Amino acid sequence: MSNKAAIELKNITKTFGSVVANKDVSLTVNRGEILSILGENGSGKTTLMNMISGIYFPDSGQIYIDGEPVLIRSPKDAFDYKIGMIHQHFKLVDVFSATENIILGLKSKEKFSIKEAAKKVAEISNKYGFEIDPAKKIYEMSVSEKQTVEIIKVLYRGADILILDEPTAVLTPQETQKLFSVLRRMRDDGKAIIIITHKLHEVLSLSDRVAVLRKGEYIGTVETAATNESELTEMMVGKKISLNIERSEPKNVADRLVVNGLDCINRDGVKVLDDVSFTARSGEILGIAGIAGSGQRELLEAIAGLQKVDSGEIYYNNPKTKATDNLRDKTPMQIRELGVRLSFVPEDRLGMGLVGDMDIVDNMMLRSYRKGKSMFLERKAPKDLAMRIIEDLEVVTPNENTPVRRLSGGNVQKVLVGREIAASPTVLMAAYPVRGLDINSSYTIYNLLNNQKEKGVAVIFVGEDLDVLIELCDRILVIGGGRVTGIVDGRTASKEEIGLLMTKSAKGEGDE
Amino acid sequence: MLAFLISAIRLGMTFLFGCTGEIITEKSGHLNLGIPGVMCVGASCGCYAEYIYLDMAKRNADPFLAVFIPIVATIVGGALMGLVYSFLTVTLRANQNVTGLALTTFGVGVSDFMIAKTGPIYSKGTKYFTAPLPFAEETGWFGEIFLSHGVLIYLAIIIAFVASFVLTKTKVGLNLRSVGENPATADAAGINVSLYRYLATCIGCGIAGLGGLSFVMDYLHGNWEYCIDAIGWLAIALVIFTVWKPNLAIIGSIVFGGLYIASSYITGVSFANKEIFKMLPYVVTIVVLVITSIRDKKENQPPQSLGLSYFREER
Amino acid sequence: MVNTKKAKAQLFHIVKREPLAWYYALLIRAAAIVLALIVSAVVITLLTEKNPIEVYASMINGAFGSSLRIWSLLQNIAILLCVSLAVTPAFKMRFWNCGAEGQVLVGGLATVSVMMFLGDKLPTPVLFLVMLIASVLAGVIWAVLPAVTKALWNTNETLFTLMMNYVAIQLVAFFLKTFVKNGSGVLSPMPQYGLPLLFGKAYLLNIVIVAILTVLVYIYLKYTKQGYEISVVGQSENTAKYIGINVKKVIVRTLVVSGALCGIAGLLIVGATNHTISTDTVGGRGFTAIMVSWLAKFNPIFMVFTTFLIVFLEKGSQQISTDFRIPNAISDIVTGIILFFVIGCEFFLQYKIVFAKSGKENA
Repeated sequence: MSNKAAIELKNITKTFGSVVANKDVSLTVNRGEILSILGENGSGKTTLMNMISGIYFPDSGQIYIDGEPVLIRSPKDAFDYKIGMIHQHFKLVDVFSATENIILGLKSKEKFSIKEAAKKVAEISNKYGFEIDPAKKIYEMSVSEKQTVEIIKVLYRGADILILDEPTAVLTPQETQKLFSVLRRMRDDGKAIIIITHKLHEVLSLSDRVAVLRKGEYIGTVETAATNESELTEMMVGKKISLNIERSEPKNVADRLVVNGLDCINRDGVKVLDDVSFTARSGEILGIAGIAGSGQRELLEAIAGLQKVDSGEIYYNNPKTKATDNLRDKTPMQIRELGVRLSFVPEDRLGMGLVGDMDIVDNMMLRSYRKGKSMFLERKAPKDLAMRIIEDLEVVTPNENTPVRRLSGGNVQKVLVGREIAASPTVLMAAYPVRGLDINSSYTIYNLLNNQKEKGVAVIFVGEDLDVLIELCDRILVIGGGRVTGIVDGRTASKEEIGLLMTKSAKGEGDE
Repeated sequence: MLAFLISAIRLGMTFLFGCTGEIITEKSGHLNLGIPGVMCVGASCGCYAEYIYLDMAKRNADPFLAVFIPIVATIVGGALMGLVYSFLTVTLRANQNVTGLALTTFGVGVSDFMIAKTGPIYSKGTKYFTAPLPFAEETGWFGEIFLSHGVLIYLAIIIAFVASFVLTKTKVGLNLRSVGENPATADAAGINVSLYRYLATCIGCGIAGLGGLSFVMDYLHGNWEYCIDAIGWLAIALVIFTVWKPNLAIIGSIVFGGLYIASSYITGVSFANKEIFKMLPYVVTIVVLVITSIRDKKENQPPQSLGLSYFREER
Repeated sequence: MVNTKKAKAQLFHIVKREPLAWYYALLIRAAAIVLALIVSAVVITLLTEKNPIEVYASMINGAFGSSLRIWSLLQNIAILLCVSLAVTPAFKMRFWNCGAEGQVLVGGLATVSVMMFLGDKLPTPVLFLVMLIASVLAGVIWAVLPAVTKALWNTNETLFTLMMNYVAIQLVAFFLKTFVKNGSGVLSPMPQYGLPLLFGKAYLLNIVIVAILTVLVYIYLKYTKQGYEISVVGQSENTAKYIGINVKKVIVRTLVVSGALCGIAGLLIVGATNHTISTDTVGGRGFTAIMVSWLAKFNPIFMVFTTFLIVFLEKGSQQISTDFRIPNAISDIVTGIILFFVIGCEFFLQYKIVFAKSGKENA
């Protein structure tokens, strides 16, 4: 086997400023095999692959292709070595057609002709079983179509080493299966395939070997056939963990937020929320599960007053005044003026929840700066709050005057969640609050959410890890294609049950 | 009326050069607010080259060289300005707006310096630039209407058509557009983003520089007495109206030319009120700007990453 | 199998650096300015064929050579600083207000109109008040139009404000052609209606007013709620919406402030200095101000220094042009060169170049 190594990495190290993204990583991939690179968020998988595809350049170490030492300084170099990468965030030009995207940047001696290229695209599609309209513009495509374009793009260039970064994150199970069968066909065609993922069952069902990274370090490679989930988990997280999240029984439950028949159509005319109804109760955590982009973001933003709603109502039962207010079509300011204590931890932390270039104190002030009639800012209270959060949540930062952009992901999230909780909310919404966080920070966040629940807050938690959802939430609302496909009890539901509901989307109905 | 039209076309070509140049630049993702400066420098280089050549050649100046030398000098001057801009914004990742404005300050300074130093001495060269094409007379009425204008007018239209073709129909155009739309994608596709940005900017600035030359040598007949920065700003505005299409820019620039000179052709208006009419191109620009922004159509949007620097390892 | 790729080793690559100590940052900027001065000297020497030392001496002489020159330097700093202060709130909000030129000019036009038509009709204190109100109002109108369309329809403010400059210029041209009786188009100064002298010094009033404004703008941006909102909108419109800031309102309000300050700059130029107006009264300060403000990172206190740098160059170059009989425009050329260097040097503050330990390592 070893003499067939398509690509070999030796002692690769890469740092960004003071952050070590990859430390001394070595691994090999052979032709005619699928290698999974497994690791938690932030373990350096993507950085490593970006160095193979020429996006980053390693600080030290050597890459070999077919046994020859090579330097990959740009994506162009990577192409010359027949390496093709399919990024997690698609690298496509929105206003171009599929074919235009596919031939972009190609150097060929033939005459430039979109027609000829489209024909060749169709050939490749037939060979591996893709379905694609070469003339369709990218901005009109679904996520899975875009991914198909990405894959055809690298095949068109004759790539025989393919790297896929989290390819299934945005796909339905059906689409995932389709993708896997295409990948297997390519493997049998003699291509070397690397797939980056953190989903264990995919690793086990697809790959021949698994390489594990943890916190930027290479842990080891194992044959898939000779391993199992618990061994891989242990390699990935360092020690055997069972998700022991303490879940108390809900107390003093009352309907806090009642959402009724919410419809929402986005700027492109797509119905992103379709007749969504549910109730969030005080003293419990309501989980929201679903494939990324099924309407979770729009739902939370609609409640927060940031998203225009086309029909439906959002009622808030005020525990103090006992009044019921309709929050629909209210601005965030109006919602606050109604006395609704709504806290929101958005998905986009630095682009929405916080201002990256401002320091921690000024970010604390976002929520509170309006207090008082004076036209001047009052920085004393926000500073105290910042100090308190830094201490209580163990935020790692030089001081409270450090711009939050300079903090690590986990610390950024602690600052944001800390601020939102400090507003002593009655409703707390958190979108993917542990995305990109290490295990310890994640547990800090889970505990904070649980505390809030015990204090009688209605917590809405949008998550992606089903294990966490099942262990943390009292009830789980499953959303698919903008529709509520089910609400299950967190104590009794199984992963399979939720997975099934997630895929029962409007989008999936036509498919088999 | 015909005189008005011809005048509008002649001035329009100045806009067309500037507009085409800026379109090419913007397609690469560079919002170059230095175009007025580029036109000034282009004109300065071209005019000075003409002055030197005619001075050297004395009486036996070759009509071809008398046109060719200034054109080359102008393109080189413009492209050098583009090089400064690209170096600052691409290699040194400076803010595009600020760099553009600095370019304009510099360029205006250069042309003011030239005007003050040499005065309006360029009228000698203007006859070469306004001469009809060599075979105009032989073709009778056709030649009189279509072939009897200065060489720069034809050059402007040809460049606009070529630019239009290259942008929409060739691989280079496709690559260039992708650089302006989504440089990360272009980079991942193996396109040298920096090279494309450098080249597009330098070529665009070279073309825009010709606008300055055409204004001074053709439209002003060499009587260069004031700075031409206003023309440059209008050329940038024109890019938006023509939705980044050089072939549309041909018509747009003639309309702008007409608006710009309308005040001189309107009779029965007092000397003072003419100043009000001179507002016309600016006011029309503002009105169209507002109307297009209200309509907000997807296909009429600027390149997506216009004005943004690109750094591969940024995160 | 010889691979050509391998032969070309990566000699260096660029990485983002940790924030620099302030003295180091200052050093880099100083180095850039020195470098720029050397290049400018070469350019001037080529044009004048004079010894560069002589050229520098002339420059310094032009800026500081006599008490009159120093006053003139300070006066020019005051005016440019005032315009820079005016554009700063807008820029901090990422609103590219390239229309300060026009906003200042209409402010001046309003002032001169009041002086001309009401000068002999109103008691002096009332006259000054009317001048102030008129100039501020004019500046505000010129700035708010683009702001409103930006807020409502996201109209491109750069071009809108640029066009407004020329509308203002034509308006002044119209004014001069209509109301200057002798038809020369040159309005003779009306110092009798000008703002009063402070302690008998010609420019002191301007300097004092601008000094006060500098402090006020600094406080406004850093310590008031409105200033805070400007920063949030400028940094991230999404965050602003998320915390319930009315972005449209902030855009318009900020441009009111910006326009009002431009109006005051117009008042100072016309009412306290020139006592007349021409289409060239603002003289490109509207654009220079953008760069002053940007180079100072939108900090009003730093702006005092960047303004000083620019005005020093301007005054110095003017002296060169008189001393060596070269056109005045040399000052624009020199300013342009300096700007190129200072803009370029920002790169070295943010990034560092890492050279490969050995270029042959992998070959």
